[in-house]
Amino acid sequence: MTASRRAPLLEVSDLQVEFPTEDGVVHAVRGVSYSLEAGEVLGIVGESGSGKSVSSLALMGLLPRGARISGSAKYRGDELLGLEARDLNVIRGKKVAMIFQDPMTSLNPVHRVGAQIGEAIWAAGVLSKGDANKRAVELLDLVGIPQAGSRARSYPHEFSGGMRQRAMIAMAMANDPDVLIADEPTTALDVTVQAQILETLRKVQGETGAAMILITHDLGVVANMSDRVMVMYAGRPVEYGTVDDLYERPRMPYTVGLLGSLPRLDAEGERLTPITGSPPSLLNLPAGCPFAPRCPMVRDRCLSEEPPLYLTDEVEHVAACHFWMELGGEVIATEVFEVTTVDDAEPLS
Amino acid sequence: MADLETPAPVADEVVVPGGPVAGGGRGEFGVEARSQWRMVTRRFLRHRLAMASLVVLVLVILLSLVGGRVWKYDYTQITPEFSTGPSWGHPMGTDGPGHDTFAQVLRGAQKSVQIMLLVALFSTGIGVLIGAVAGYYRGKVDAVLMRAIDLLLTIPTLAILAVLSNKVRQSGSWFGIALIIAALVWTTIARIVRAEVLSVREKEFVEAARAAGANDWRIITRHLLPNVVGSIIVAATLTMAAAILIETTLSYLGLGIRVPDTSLGLLVSDGQSSAQTRPWLFYFPGLFIIIIVLCVNFIGDGLRDAFDPKQTRVRA
Repeated sequence: MTASRRAPLLEVSDLQVEFPTEDGVVHAVRGVSYSLEAGEVLGIVGESGSGKSVSSLALMGLLPRGARISGSAKYRGDELLGLEARDLNVIRGKKVAMIFQDPMTSLNPVHRVGAQIGEAIWAAGVLSKGDANKRAVELLDLVGIPQAGSRARSYPHEFSGGMRQRAMIAMAMANDPDVLIADEPTTALDVTVQAQILETLRKVQGETGAAMILITHDLGVVANMSDRVMVMYAGRPVEYGTVDDLYERPRMPYTVGLLGSLPRLDAEGERLTPITGSPPSLLNLPAGCPFAPRCPMVRDRCLSEEPPLYLTDEVEHVAACHFWMELGGEVIATEVFEVTTVDDAEPLS
Repeated sequence: MADLETPAPVADEVVVPGGPVAGGGRGEFGVEARSQWRMVTRRFLRHRLAMASLVVLVLVILLSLVGGRVWKYDYTQITPEFSTGPSWGHPMGTDGPGHDTFAQVLRGAQKSVQIMLLVALFSTGIGVLIGAVAGYYRGKVDAVLMRAIDLLLTIPTLAILAVLSNKVRQSGSWFGIALIIAALVWTTIARIVRAEVLSVREKEFVEAARAAGANDWRIITRHLLPNVVGSIIVAATLTMAAAILIETTLSYLGLGIRVPDTSLGLLVSDGQSSAQTRPWLFYFPGLFIIIIVLCVNFIGDGLRDAFDPKQTRVRA
């Protein structure tokens, strides 16, 4: 395999995933493209079922057998999609590692934590078993487990949720991967721990220089961690850009709505703007823009023609809205979305 | 409870000031962490019936494996006293030709125990392998293997044993008979392992292992089987009881171990005709069979309780 030096670390183009079911074909991912350079953090946000997890699992070859995947995903120029398990195992865990959502079930309950991490290192075949176990302790220390030496001999059930997620991070970093995919790493944890885990992720990512794909539905997390953001809706990216740009100047009503429904400390007294309705079924998507039924700016064109990703007024900022131009400058959510639902609620004293 | 990442509660270690987050913790409680194995062992040790059975079974096994060599009579030896009842010289009496029944029972128990252990080993090996493969790969592999097992189960065990053992009997070896029995009883273990693997393979840690680049073999041996080992042990134990009964049945029917060697089943069958006149020939080997099978079953029971995570209170 001859990987070109100039190829991006990870390049995904027009990734599509379909699941044939008894009720019909579910179009879980409909054309995801992005590229990732070393050290970069890409945040993927979207609500449940928007395809953010599925698109990443597809890269790792972890989708169930029935899934139909098309498009391309290249790691340093080498195609990942359609690889046999044996070839994938050269990449998985060694070049591209993954952290899962639920740390409670992601560790094998019958093995000691240190041994599990040690095994992940040992299995890569570089270090001896003894050295691998030593390295496991170092990793546990790196991710902030106190008294890593003795904690390595504990079983997962003796760890708290936060510690287990740290252990999962340690395991993901075991073989110094180039890309780290964190699939909602903090969703199952409570808020105080979330911050620590994110801090740990950032530290680990900084120390190793790995690129990271951070999948979440928490816009605050993305704002803190990412360089660039991809907003997904109904299986496809609807907006993509740098964090600052996208948060300041969203060009897609869905993003505007998401940002407007986020309480902010620096915007005291302002109303939150809920997005009414719910996302469309991926089983049979309506023609036109999938967001149209919920969109406050909807026009006739939106109902008949699905918008492509338009290049907006900013460099590298694309948005899937026919009328992105109408969202000029800094967008205030309350001007786009009507605040209706919690209208006359008495303010809490 | 909010997780404040207080320093770990390690025995006699002072809390390190400036741990990751000031939780003001003081090492929580001094409870020693228990591994799953230690908990299982503990629960098993507290299961009195199972422990008593284990002791008895170990004694019987030792007696049968060693006793035959130490006892003053050999099982083939014909003594001058024939058809005598139990006495100091012959604790279990003698039979018509003058064989010492105790020596014969020891020999019979030895064969039965050997067969039992070998069957446990083979049937567990095959059963775990087939069950794990079927459960892990699912789909066609699973369908083929499971239908094959179904087919195997529809054939009357005794009939197939009779046919097969007739072949092996030419060589008359206990080894061959053990193989035949193992070839028939592994299906139970395979089904149990498959069912367990089917459920464990959906756990997230298996996906995490796959994401970490573990291959199928590694996932099966390192992640799936250790999680179903409890069921395997219990099933293997109960298979042992089944094996000894099947062997006894075969020998009783004259299809198993044959003269001049002997087994418990053969002794019971021989002693049956004289159960009224010389009861020692019938009851002593029968007693051994009952003791061994009961012990094995009780141990299996105890193990099942010990491995059951829902079991909070240990039974008598």
